[in-house]
Amino acid sequence: MLKQIEGSRAMAEGIALCRPEVICAYPITPQTHIVEGLGEMVRTGELTNCEFINVESEFAALSVAIGASAAGARAYTATASQGLLFMAEAVYNASGLGLPIVMTLGNRAIGAPINIWNDHSDAMSMRDAGWMQLFAETNQEAVDLHIQAFRLAEELSMPVMVCVDGFILTHAVERIDIPDQADVDGFLPPYEPVQVLDPQHPISIGAMVGPEAFTEVRFLQHYKQNLALRLLPEFAAEFKACFGRESGGLLRTYRADDAELLVVAMGSVNGTIKDTIDEMRADGIRIGLVTLVSFRPFPTQALRAALSGAKHVVVIEKSFAIGMGGQLANNVDLALRNTPGAPRVHSVIAGLGGRPITRPSLHGLFRRALVQPWEGAHFLDLNERIVSKELHYARKVRRSGPTAENLLRRLSERAPEPALEGRSVL
Amino acid sequence: MFEVRIHGRGGQGVVTAAELLSVAAFLEGKHAQAFPSFGSERTGAPVVSFCRIDDKEIRLREPIRQPDTLIVQDPTLFKAVTDVFEGIKPNSYLLINTNKSFAELHLADIVTKLPAGHACTVPASELALRYIGRPLPNAALLGAFAALTGIVHLQSVATAIRQTFSGKIAEANVAAASAAHDAVAAAPLAA
Repeated sequence: MLKQIEGSRAMAEGIALCRPEVICAYPITPQTHIVEGLGEMVRTGELTNCEFINVESEFAALSVAIGASAAGARAYTATASQGLLFMAEAVYNASGLGLPIVMTLGNRAIGAPINIWNDHSDAMSMRDAGWMQLFAETNQEAVDLHIQAFRLAEELSMPVMVCVDGFILTHAVERIDIPDQADVDGFLPPYEPVQVLDPQHPISIGAMVGPEAFTEVRFLQHYKQNLALRLLPEFAAEFKACFGRESGGLLRTYRADDAELLVVAMGSVNGTIKDTIDEMRADGIRIGLVTLVSFRPFPTQALRAALSGAKHVVVIEKSFAIGMGGQLANNVDLALRNTPGAPRVHSVIAGLGGRPITRPSLHGLFRRALVQPWEGAHFLDLNERIVSKELHYARKVRRSGPTAENLLRRLSERAPEPALEGRSVL
Repeated sequence: MFEVRIHGRGGQGVVTAAELLSVAAFLEGKHAQAFPSFGSERTGAPVVSFCRIDDKEIRLREPIRQPDTLIVQDPTLFKAVTDVFEGIKPNSYLLINTNKSFAELHLADIVTKLPAGHACTVPASELALRYIGRPLPNAALLGAFAALTGIVHLQSVATAIRQTFSGKIAEANVAAASAAHDAVAAAPLAA
């Protein structure tokens, strides 16, 4: 049924259609509206056979989900940013134990400095924690990915994180098709656990494992994620047959067939990139897009195939590893490793801490990639004026004070508008 | 694509206004995308919300920099926020909640650059006080928006209000929207 609703509300309705049996969450912006919506549905009886458990922290939220999942319940939670950090130990436990929990991550920056706005730092902080990580491009896909996530998680007995851009998607009100219960039931069978704590048939889950088998446990986790590389496209195809639209899978391409320049990105920024590509195609520039849905497992083969015909690849990501560069760019590089005639990869860090990624900036960036490609990480729309002032000041004055406060003070000083284009600093 | 930017203060229903407008457009079979300016929302603090309306799927996720319509819920923002008019285009619409004239607001220079009939004032807070009993101007401004631009019909705005609110509050807001709509429809062209 088509509705004009907030992304968070739509996700809550989509998750409710998956018939979760235990929901436990601790509120944190920008995820709050999702679990509020679910809590309301449990209270009003719209969502039955489900226990909504209030907990005292994110660590408790995921710990309760782990307990519930081990007891055989379909378990769900959600968090963002510092909340994910606070549950970090449990994040590793859920995947190490092989429990099929689904968690929404309302993507948000990580402090300090404190920042409530969107980027992908939180997802990247747990990229190697053994969870599968799927990124939604639209709110429609966010709804659809949750349905596919429960199917995938339970098929493999592995947890899945559905990453949704905070505010940009969670707080946007738009047209979303909420599926019918019967269709979701047809796609997502009842949860049949591969391991369950049952007093009638006692087992233990969570044994101490020494050097004799730890490597093998890890190998099997990796093996399961490799199986997901096959299952994700299968489930996406089945989903399309059931629901009539494309959602999920490993990756999607847009106007990529004859592209000389291919952009790679994850999440909601793909929409703005598509509009920019249409404008540049109208000017005769051969540019296309690869939208990555699955970051973990990383679709190395599919990505290599998608990128093989291009001369230049521009990777745009809302996160970076300080001292190294973009994690996604690094992974894309890996996919092209040892490939003869591989395209050159140009890394762009954009949209950190909620900075809007705009078409004018993207136009300049993509044109520059064709005429003046760069090495290292390029920081889109970097305000060079305040950066160089701060560097200069800190060189002159030993007790130069806190960086964030200094930059804010410099911003409030009267100055010419910063150029839209930044420059490589790494 | 038609883009609307709404400026107001926390507590005036700025975000709700964009959402209601998107619902009204949705009811007419259009695609619409409403979103807030993601700040730390506090009562009285400047707030911006956005609404895009189109006949096809809206993919763009950047803030609206060049609005086709600028709605100002609180004229005191002209002193507090310098960039209210940022990106206004030669053919944009301008709608301000005030009981003053453009000249009294020192906006005559801006208004004369817009086409005739593209700028108007409406005493939305006064209408809200009369019909709702509280100075919440957003429903009245949406009624005025419908009359000014014709992008959505007043009936769709009324239905959106009734879907979002219930009972007396809904009807009071619909009454305020209708009154503002009629006031703008009857007003002589501002230029």
